[in-house]
Amino acid sequence: MDVVTLSRLQFAVTSMFHFIFVPLTLGLSVLIAYMETRYVRTGDIAWLRMTKFWGKLFLINFTLGIVTGITLEFQFGMNWAEYSRYVGDIFGAPLAIESTVAFFLESSFIGLWVFGWNKVSKKVHALSIWLVAFATNLSGLWILLANGWMQHPVGYEIRNGRAEMVDFIAMLTNPYGLLKFFHTIFSGYVIAAFFVMGISAWHLLKKRDQDLFRRSFRTAATFGLASSLLVFLVGDFHAAEVAKTQPAKFAAMESVWETQRAAPYHLLLVPDVANERNAVETVSVPKMLSFLAFHDGDAEVRGLKDFPKADRPPVLPVLAGFRGMAALGMFFMLLTLVAFILSRKDHMDSYPLFLRTMLWSLPLPYLAAQLGWIVAEVGRQPWIVYGMLRTSDAVSRSVSASQVAASLIGFTLLYGLLAVVDIYLLFKFARKGPDNDIGSMVRTARQEI
Amino acid sequence: MEYQVLWFVLWGLLWAVYFMLDGFDFGTGMLQRLLSRSNTEKRIIINTIGPVWDGNEVWLITAGGATFAAFPAAYALMFSYLYSPLLIILFALIIRGVAFEFRGKGGTVAWERAWDTAIFFGSFIPSLLFGVAFGNLFQGLPMDESGYHGTLLSLLNPYGLLTGALFVLLFLEHGALWLALKTDGELAQRAERLSGRIWIVLFVVAVLFLIHTAFATKLYANFMNTPLWFIVPVAGAASLGAVRIYSTFRNYGRAFIASCVTIVMIVFTGIIGLYPNLMPSSIAPDHSLTIFNASSGIYTLKVMTAVVLLFVPVVIAYQIWIYRIFRSRVTDREIEDNREAY
Repeated sequence: MDVVTLSRLQFAVTSMFHFIFVPLTLGLSVLIAYMETRYVRTGDIAWLRMTKFWGKLFLINFTLGIVTGITLEFQFGMNWAEYSRYVGDIFGAPLAIESTVAFFLESSFIGLWVFGWNKVSKKVHALSIWLVAFATNLSGLWILLANGWMQHPVGYEIRNGRAEMVDFIAMLTNPYGLLKFFHTIFSGYVIAAFFVMGISAWHLLKKRDQDLFRRSFRTAATFGLASSLLVFLVGDFHAAEVAKTQPAKFAAMESVWETQRAAPYHLLLVPDVANERNAVETVSVPKMLSFLAFHDGDAEVRGLKDFPKADRPPVLPVLAGFRGMAALGMFFMLLTLVAFILSRKDHMDSYPLFLRTMLWSLPLPYLAAQLGWIVAEVGRQPWIVYGMLRTSDAVSRSVSASQVAASLIGFTLLYGLLAVVDIYLLFKFARKGPDNDIGSMVRTARQEI
Repeated sequence: MEYQVLWFVLWGLLWAVYFMLDGFDFGTGMLQRLLSRSNTEKRIIINTIGPVWDGNEVWLITAGGATFAAFPAAYALMFSYLYSPLLIILFALIIRGVAFEFRGKGGTVAWERAWDTAIFFGSFIPSLLFGVAFGNLFQGLPMDESGYHGTLLSLLNPYGLLTGALFVLLFLEHGALWLALKTDGELAQRAERLSGRIWIVLFVVAVLFLIHTAFATKLYANFMNTPLWFIVPVAGAASLGAVRIYSTFRNYGRAFIASCVTIVMIVFTGIIGLYPNLMPSSIAPDHSLTIFNASSGIYTLKVMTAVVLLFVPVVIAYQIWIYRIFRSRVTDREIEDNREAY
């Protein structure tokens, strides 16, 4: 394999791995902050036990997100030197701002939260987890504005042989980046909701700590319903933005070959890439695709044949990724709606089949998020910055294929090992359940007053 | 002052603060096994840095981000030319970070020992390799119009290794002083005694480094032109002396602060010597990257200056506040009371 392929593979491995751990952090921090706030307000020790139980799982997960994040920043320079040189003037800024305004806040206050139970007042302690939640989501804003810029570059001029920033505000208000931000954080909230519901379901099936896990389930069900609706709604606007700004990606997402007005939506579709057509197109809804893309049933949708072959993304992964993600998204709305209704009156215990479904659905939002990133990043190909810079022109010139092969193997082994350990620990502490040592809880609580 | 110069100073400052802060984490990590006599002591040692190491490491991410935003051409070449050492540093930092979190959660002695080893190497390797990297930056890298001609092994030249040893010893001393300050009883006394021994070796290596710098690099040229700048290395040497004096009077708080000053002054000695280069070439001076030919446009530098002036003071304020919250010594009673402790 050549340097470009290896470098892409390495970026895919390291960023997809990073994104196993980050989205849970986005949502679970908010849920834990809510739980601790309830404890501070009511003094009810059950909320404190919930905070500590979910907090422990949060930290095991959080660490891997943190340590794998540095890799991504360094890789831009290490593997994508030509990219960094060409767009660093504008792309470097959001990364530097991300660490200045978000990472410092997140890392400083997580330390205070973990070690500060007996050192600061209850209110300050709860505030520190709110700040962590805020900072985590804020870091998402900056990195997704950066990614949004790669998808739809704005606010720059090509000068001195590179892209230079001329309008910072344009980058901050890039609709592509903002839609991507909301779509991504809501997907993280869905992941957190399913994480909490899934583990709570397991304990409810075992009839352990039922009060605590019913509360956890109920909280997560409400959060999950709201976020699965929002992620779908924002996703709809996001897809429309893609149709407008990245027509080739949109054509690949729906496997549209011919440019057409009033394009129908084919529920069943099998592409035949070699012959530039679809082998099967059936169960069709007239005008639906045009409506989804432009919110106008008669609008024109551009087909892949409109683009030179060298400018088309690979169709299969983008199409399959998009359909898989969208189908899962609908499934999440259905499941969270049922969960919400059942949990209102704590009826979920009466439906073990439902609880088992929730347990086994735990990995699905993770899958949906990974599929979404495949659509976003593979769909942008062959560009690293859409329409501006090709991925093949962006790679480091001084790095050899054997170096990247070695580092790719190194990352795969190290990350594989860390994943095994981390998932083992998550299982271990998720099964163990909340701490029953009320003595230590009360002591902690007293010392806080 | 030109924006490029301002950003060069900020760039140096970010690295200096990073080494000043993560330096004692590295030192603490390297000394964990050496200084402890029991598992409780091992836990005390890592819990002294527990609340702060992550926030300290963010200074590295910010230093990297600032290089990217302010000097993209240098970011591109520095990181791709130093691919292998950076990769090893990354792996080490990853292992160190998870080791703190995972160590106490396995429940067996073998598990704890494995992560203690990870903490040692995860602290030692970055200390050494950051030193090697900066040593080579001070010397200049073998680069010309056709690219980079060095290898991982060519970085391990005498001056690079000497700078690596200097960094390791600076951080060991820094960590020993931190532990003298942050633990109590016998553990603190052991850290005090060890800091005295490390200081002697550090002093010898620091002298060798300052002498070798005159032969291996062009860093002193700027100082010769403007002798006033000698105030920086002299302050570095004086504060290293102050470490010794304060330690003799067992004032480890002041000794630790003096050690902070030493680290910052040594980094700035290098920064002043490099100016206006960011990455000098050792074989083709025309192909050196300077702060002027590697920088972003003025617009970007202005935006970034506004961000830094607005937010970095806030960061410093809350980090100091958190350090103050955790200013007391870490005791065995305390880590037994906090189930969330490492």
